[in-house]
Amino acid sequence: MNATSSPHLESLADEAVTIIREVATECENPVLLFSGGKDSAVLLHLAVLAFAPARLPFPVMHVDTGHNFNEVIEYRDAFVERVGARLIVASVQESIDNGRVVEDPSPRASRNRLQSVTLLDAITEHGFDAVFGGGRRDEDKARAKERILSFRDRHGRWDPRNQRPEPWDLLNARIRKGEQLRAFPLSNWTELDIWQYIASEQIPLPSIYYSHRREVVARDGMLLAVGGPVTLEPGERSSVETVRYRTVGDASCTGAVRSSASTVEEVIAEVSAARITERGATRADDTFSESAMEDRKREGYF
Amino acid sequence: MTSNTTLRIATAGSVDDGKSTLIGRLLHDTKTVFEDQLAAVEKASRRYGDGERNLALLTDGLRAEREQGITIDVAHRYFATPRRSFIVADTPGHAQYTRNMVTGASTADVAIVLVDARHGVLEQTRRHAFIASLLGVKAIALAVNKMDLVEWDEGEFDSVAKDLAGYVEALPTPVPVHAFPISALHGDNVVEVSERSPWYAGPSLLEWLEVFDESVVIDSPARLDVQRVIRPQGTDFRGFAGRLAGGSLRVGDTVTVLPSGRSSTVSGIQRFGRDITVANVGQAVTVSLADKIDVARGDVLVAGAELSTELVSGHVCWMIDQPLREGSRYWFKHGTRVGRAIVDAVEYRHDLHTLEPVAADEIGLNDLAMVRLSLSEPIVASPYEVSREGGRLILVDEATNTTAGAVMITVAA
Repeated sequence: MNATSSPHLESLADEAVTIIREVATECENPVLLFSGGKDSAVLLHLAVLAFAPARLPFPVMHVDTGHNFNEVIEYRDAFVERVGARLIVASVQESIDNGRVVEDPSPRASRNRLQSVTLLDAITEHGFDAVFGGGRRDEDKARAKERILSFRDRHGRWDPRNQRPEPWDLLNARIRKGEQLRAFPLSNWTELDIWQYIASEQIPLPSIYYSHRREVVARDGMLLAVGGPVTLEPGERSSVETVRYRTVGDASCTGAVRSSASTVEEVIAEVSAARITERGATRADDTFSESAMEDRKREGYF
Repeated sequence: MTSNTTLRIATAGSVDDGKSTLIGRLLHDTKTVFEDQLAAVEKASRRYGDGERNLALLTDGLRAEREQGITIDVAHRYFATPRRSFIVADTPGHAQYTRNMVTGASTADVAIVLVDARHGVLEQTRRHAFIASLLGVKAIALAVNKMDLVEWDEGEFDSVAKDLAGYVEALPTPVPVHAFPISALHGDNVVEVSERSPWYAGPSLLEWLEVFDESVVIDSPARLDVQRVIRPQGTDFRGFAGRLAGGSLRVGDTVTVLPSGRSSTVSGIQRFGRDITVANVGQAVTVSLADKIDVARGDVLVAGAELSTELVSGHVCWMIDQPLREGSRYWFKHGTRVGRAIVDAVEYRHDLHTLEPVAADEIGLNDLAMVRLSLSEPIVASPYEVSREGGRLILVDEATNTTAGAVMITVAA
């Protein structure tokens, strides 16, 4: 790592690499979830380093809601090609077309919750027994309760009241057929750690993470991008603002923040001074109810 | 000395002694709590409580926890001061969830054991202090909490401090105890030293944690538990991936592969895909050897004179309802080696009060005991006090695959 690295960051990276190697070797058919967001970019970067100079020994998968930012899809394809990984796209639109899920017809509906069905169907279809995700414990109070190696029953359900003990780093990957594991190598990273590592390793990100001009509408305390799944409702007015995205997810429920941070260093300065969490600032779906994340995770969501 | 290393801390102690409130207080007073989190806590406080802001809700994040006002599972939180970063595991006090306390404390440098000043040291306080010491925390910070409810009485504080310090001193693996008179609810002596305890001359809990030296002088030889053989197609490269334990390892060092006993020289080391000449403890590396000798996952590269064994004894924390008894069979995992284990003997159970060994045919949930195990595969074992990596293993229940026991090895035969 270069001069911007620190013992703290390096030890987080050592821990993540060790988890990735362990789960990939104990499990038969793992997959890594890659959304094109900053956390999954760091995760994929570390996974590639974990097996160097050999190739990444498992595919990556994107659960595509069909409501993505174009910049993110372009970035996703370029990043995957650059590291030589195999990409599987699991499509929420296909789940809707096949009748596996029914889309909420209201104009403000988000496809975020539908993702769980698409994800679980793809896991079954491909026979994955372990799924790597970029989830971090500092993101949400339900995530703060999650094990590094998290057991899911045959229905993909998380039972937060009955998690396996996880002493030390001796990860217990034993499961029966049809059950699965979710692995979170970035569990102990914070948003700031992620950005400092991105700076240190010069990891490319989708351009929307940096300041740009965009037509947005203020709704439910969020600045939503106009166009795509979000259309103006009667009485709403859009404006062009200087914004960036702090998280990247489904465009229907991911808000932008006003920001002039156009470089990774400026973003680090902004994140260091932030007084609102990244999910609180940008995710309408998490502020929907007090236990929104826990409820989604019980259903199989990441 | 200012340290820029990360300190891992875990809370411990009986139910309702204020663990989650203390962590909430630490997060709040170090300005780690974001405005939207605080707003959510205030909203939840109105819903679940009497409306007074309940900082415990910062870590009690599950619905069942909020409804019952208890902690069920570990919450991990992160905060930093200008001096160092902290990883906090807030663990449950209920005996029923001791397994989750073990999870949180297993990686901790320091255990903060809370005691309600009105109630003193309880059974669960003893259990947690015992477990924390077996797991090898480097110190116990005894937070004598709710001092405001005993009128900040120095005598009450001294009595609790003396009680727990005496108990910990008599444990099989004693650790230093530092006592703090605090009120987690009001913040006294948590971040700032309080004027309410003029008789207390020490630092605040946070000040003490900020300068606590968790580093261990390592003079044990390097060991690498091989996680995976890295073999890129179409090349001669063959590297052994793992996280380095013990001391450091250099290109040119001689290592022995156990259990086979064959030796070779380190010809290359990579970390994060880049060549390095020396690897240090804790680093995730890929090591190449000069000779083409047989090395597989589960093998151990050692720089010293260790041997492998199939017989070990150790302290066990038992974490499932089904009892462990002589003849019980489990899966085990030690380092990267997975195999079968048979309980040769339950030597004795630890009595939490007398600390005397008690004869036992079987042990149950939450018991601490000394057991002897026979393993189907040889492991490179050391006493836990000598080597964390060589001295620990987990037992996994064959029926449910859940992690059933945490074992700290005392004797490797």
